Amino acid sequence: MTNAKIRVVVAKPGLDGHDRGAKIIARALRDAGMEVIYTGLHQTPEQIVETAIQEDADAVGISILSGAHMTLVPRILDLLRKDGAEDVLVVVGGTVPQDDADELKKQGVAAVFGPGATTSEIVDFLKGAVPV
Amino acid sequence: MAATGNRKVDAAGIDAWRELFEAKPERGGELFSTLSGVENEPLYSPETVAVDYDRDLGFPGVFPFTRGVYPSMYRGRLWTMRQFAGFGTAAETNERFRYLLEHGQTGLSTAFDMPTLMGLDSDHARSEGEVGREGVAIDSLEDMRTLFAGIPLGDVSTSMTINSPAAMLLAFYVCVGEEQGVPRDRLRGTIQTDILKEYIAQKEYIFPPEPSMRLVTDMVEFTAREMPLWHPISVSGYHIREAGSTAAQELAFTLADGFTYVEWAVERGLDVDEFAPRLSFFFNAHLDFFEEIAKYRAARRIWATLMRDKYGAKDPRSWLMRFHTQTAGVSLTAQQPEVNLVRTALEAMAAVLGGTQSLHTNSFDEALALPTEHAVRLALRTQQVIAHETGVVNTIDPLGGSYYVEHLTNELERQAYEYFERIEKLGGVVAAIKENFFQREIAEASFRYQSEVEAKQRIIVGVNKYVLEDEQPIEILKVDAKLEQEQIERVQALRARRDTPTVEAALARLQDDAAHEDRNLIGPIIDASRAHVTMGEMCDALRHIWGTWRETPVF
Repeated sequence: MTNAKIRVVVAKPGLDGHDRGAKIIARALRDAGMEVIYTGLHQTPEQIVETAIQEDADAVGISILSGAHMTLVPRILDLLRKDGAEDVLVVVGGTVPQDDADELKKQGVAAVFGPGATTSEIVDFLKGAVPV
Repeated sequence: MAATGNRKVDAAGIDAWRELFEAKPERGGELFSTLSGVENEPLYSPETVAVDYDRDLGFPGVFPFTRGVYPSMYRGRLWTMRQFAGFGTAAETNERFRYLLEHGQTGLSTAFDMPTLMGLDSDHARSEGEVGREGVAIDSLEDMRTLFAGIPLGDVSTSMTINSPAAMLLAFYVCVGEEQGVPRDRLRGTIQTDILKEYIAQKEYIFPPEPSMRLVTDMVEFTAREMPLWHPISVSGYHIREAGSTAAQELAFTLADGFTYVEWAVERGLDVDEFAPRLSFFFNAHLDFFEEIAKYRAARRIWATLMRDKYGAKDPRSWLMRFHTQTAGVSLTAQQPEVNLVRTALEAMAAVLGGTQSLHTNSFDEALALPTEHAVRLALRTQQVIAHETGVVNTIDPLGGSYYVEHLTNELERQAYEYFERIEKLGGVVAAIKENFFQREIAEASFRYQSEVEAKQRIIVGVNKYVLEDEQPIEILKVDAKLEQEQIERVQALRARRDTPTVEAALARLQDDAAHEDRNLIGPIIDASRAHVTMGEMCDALRHIWGTWRETPVF
């Protein structure tokens, strides 16, 4: 194990302004010793992928509560693949119905965290899933 | 200050009780402070609460209105049961509206989808996947006509939750009224228009703060002169609280926003009494029962006091803080969702004991999706049970004089004034927004709360205690993805059908007027609506002149 910090982009795609969860997660990941880049609101999939690549992120955490997850998340996965960045771990948090969560995982999302998930379980997941 | 009880408490009695109290250790683990972190004593008595009855409480309908804005409160008239609804296309939402009216709802409340909130038409690239998902998609006058089909606008009061493009939606509504033969001065309702809380919490903004405030002030001026029954702003703490603020922050930031609108309108040259009676408020009802009741009581007292003494309002109606309440969406859990019925009922009870003028109760399935019809009916029934079965409506401000509630009312009031001072020092609300002051305060409070939950200092039933393994999924509402395509086709068909030169002329005039600060934009926006200019096109015209806003993200 090296001393390299896990680098995570916390991203808010789409039009919804619900940033309470994203900010809590960003802070909890930082407190857990990770390098966190928070994109801010209203990002397009292109902007998110660009940030992930520029920042050499190990993981992208997508926070979405607008109901547009089935449009926006697959697009982010696609763009990552196109840019040869499919090794970036993608996790999603928000109000995502179970069938949609299953489908997103099939498409390559590593985990979907719903309402009530704790920051410590998300920290643990990232620590376990990102090879450092 | 005289103690509220008039009777002096025997000091020896208090000491004796304290000794007995301290003889038994308190429970460990959970916090005894309020949900917002206000410390609670185990007991309050006349010794610990200073209230001057006439000065601080008075009577309902009488300054400072701590006990309620109307002399008769629910003895005269119950609150308006107003369920917020909207999803899919205008036609779907029109059906839901009629369903709610048939089941005894007394006012309408419209939820718009994200693209509409952000001033984007349904066929805009950024709208993809979001059309009709979290509210109804309204692109033009045509959609608004469908939304209110068969609903006589002269007979209902309508609330519209829209902020950045509020002027456009109001214009559509005015036009639908005209078509139904209802003149604008007879239209009753509320449009949210609270742009300041968008920068602070809800984050559905388009333009930078100053031109946004100009548009809001245009609307305040227009409605003051032409729509006397309309509430042009619903100053909202709801979203501030949902974003993670404390009760005191909700109270303080909302009132500070309210005073800022007053200042802008006065600056415009309006007399404060010309518009202030039509300002209304919108608060959250969270789970900490007494703290919420105290919040509403403090809000009324602060508003009345400052409107009279600082802003010089002479019309007593300008002193009245009338408010709508919605139960806390953030308190709903995805785990064991039926339990949310209980949470919502308790929150609604606090709103009623706090003297709300109208109320939305959340549906139990809303941590999972938009509510089903069944869930919405149960939510409405919750209000009906409170109104008709519990007896809490029989006596006005029944908790007035409670040592604890009066203490909390004073405490929240104190914290609000403290915040007013800090905001003032930063140069006012708009300056404080630009410095991320509110955003930081809220982020701090929400992180503290989350940490308390994770440390199990706060228990959430079904989430961090009393957890069920193997929960059965409940049936949830799915918005048909087909609706998005239909809506896109509808707006594109409208563009192809309408008279292009008229549209272009209307947009050119809007842009020209926008570039001149001394012109009121509501007239040109109504004219553009009538010419079937879409909401997105009008917003684009203004974006071109004013630019857009992007906050510096902080966490």
